[in-house]
Amino acid sequence: MILRGKAWKFGDSISTDHIAPGRYFHLRTNLPELAKHVLEDANPEFASQMAPGDFVVAGRNFGLGSSREHAPRIIKIAGANAVLAQSFARIFFRNSINVGLPVLEIDTSGIEQGDELEVDLGSGTVRNVTRDQTLTFAPLPPVMVKILNDGGLVEHFKKYGDFNLEA
Amino acid sequence: MSSTLAEKIISEHVGREVKPGEIVVTGVDVTALQDGTGPLAILQLEELGMVQAHKPEKTILFIDHAAPSPRKELSNAHMSLRDFAAKTGAVLSEINEGVCHQRLVESYASPGDILIGADSHTCTSGALAAFSTGMGSTDVGIGIATGKTWLKVPETLRVEITGTFARGVYAKDLILHLIGEIGADGATYMALEFTGPGAKAMTMSERFTLSNMAVEAGAKTGLFASDEATRAWLDEHGREEDFRELEADPNAEYTRTVQIDSGSLDPTVSAPHTVDNTMTAAAAAGTRVHQVFIGTCTNGRIEDLRIAADILRGRQRNPGTRLIVTPASRTVYMQAASEGLLADFAAAGALVTGPGCGACVGVHGGILGDGEVCMATQNRNFQGRLGNAEAFIWLGSPATAAATALAGEIVDPREYLR
Ligand code: SF4
Repeated sequence: MILRGKAWKFGDSISTDHIAPGRYFHLRTNLPELAKHVLEDANPEFASQMAPGDFVVAGRNFGLGSSREHAPRIIKIAGANAVLAQSFARIFFRNSINVGLPVLEIDTSGIEQGDELEVDLGSGTVRNVTRDQTLTFAPLPPVMVKILNDGGLVEHFKKYGDFNLEA
Repeated sequence: MSSTLAEKIISEHVGREVKPGEIVVTGVDVTALQDGTGPLAILQLEELGMVQAHKPEKTILFIDHAAPSPRKELSNAHMSLRDFAAKTGAVLSEINEGVCHQRLVESYASPGDILIGADSHTCTSGALAAFSTGMGSTDVGIGIATGKTWLKVPETLRVEITGTFARGVYAKDLILHLIGEIGADGATYMALEFTGPGAKAMTMSERFTLSNMAVEAGAKTGLFASDEATRAWLDEHGREEDFRELEADPNAEYTRTVQIDSGSLDPTVSAPHTVDNTMTAAAAAGTRVHQVFIGTCTNGRIEDLRIAADILRGRQRNPGTRLIVTPASRTVYMQAASEGLLADFAAAGALVTGPGCGACVGVHGGILGDGEVCMATQNRNFQGRLGNAEAFIWLGSPATAAATALAGEIVDPREYLR
């Protein structure tokens, strides 16, 4: 499947506090409302101006900080197709797969705000249409591909009733 | 084969020797949720028709982040935890009991356990030689219902500690220094293992401070071998039977070893807005501070409160600097009360709050104003953490925080020791 959208560029060390700020703690049981504030402290315009299908593109250690699964969930609910970053914090990475949000470790340094991207999850390539460049990303571990393809961990459990992680 | 502590604990659970990089499905011994992450976990289990706890007596639901509730949405979230506990027999830790990680080390985590909690600082229990790690709501929810999780066996970064702290230097200074050295992603996907004579000589309180902050270097957990100090801690909390000795094999393979001489350290602080943005307190001296916050799962234990009280006793906070003190748990609170520390804090001009997370997560109890600066003993200083993205958070030890409250600006606490 090929995902198409525009890049929203963020810097290094975007924390879960940037993505799902603590001051909206009371909205954690109201994810559509919380999603209206997604990434607000990193770019106040992102939530209102992004189009469904756009990509979050960031630098190093994206998603560091708390274990709040709300962070990848509201990126997904807001309509982002995937997150592309130089590297990810561990809990965020795992949560993203569990909620069915593709996260790709890739060299994002050449991608600029507004670039048109085409991401092919199957072949592991990102085509930067604006700059006429093609980048490749390392495939996810098979366990994660399986959970992601099932639509997240809850769907995986609905399907198998247990962990079924053999590739 | 020779195993690191992390490899050893996981191997015991899966019944064969595991190697770093392997993915395993393993049993878990203790599971924990808190009021920020718990309601979502419960929703997932409801969707799966799995409102159940595999080991109810070791499933703990903590109401600590917004305790007592400052608004009705959170009161309703709390109700969902109480309801889940009633339905499944899981343990409910109410608003008076304290921060989850302090409660876990006091009453639930034991050497050799695998513990998963929907809170990033679940790594704190690593100080008891438990493989304890933070995950998201869905992962922990499924762990609660099935008693299982999947894990990638981590590589281990060894932190070899030698020397003894100089006067006025503490475990907090060491861990801030370490994170400054290796970076906020210096141990991503790895386990930390604290070893060496310096680690061996540490009190449990100091070990908890180190393990608590492992995640601030990106690590899954931060482990110590269990020893006599571990045994004494468990004994003190009525759980001597939970003790067992556990350490890495002598020839275990570490991905990397970092050496730290405790004796070479100075009081250290993290400047806004990342934990690895470290410098000495002396280098930051003179920074005007509007609020000081002493508490949290990092530094809200009785030993921390004693250090702060020794500096504050008989003195007054700077009139321009508010001071908030929050004991980590009810046990700590009662001990501090019986030693007269709470009265010392109040006399120095502090607001002493009930146990819990308090101001740490920016929900209530000390949210900063635009442009304001806080010196806190907590573990992270991300933009927005204290409820306002226009504010600035510095991190330091209880001594640095207490001295800063007196001076009204960041100071090297050694000037205030007596
Ligand atoms: S005290 Fe702070 S860091 Fe610790 S569990 Fe509570 S909110 Fe998290």
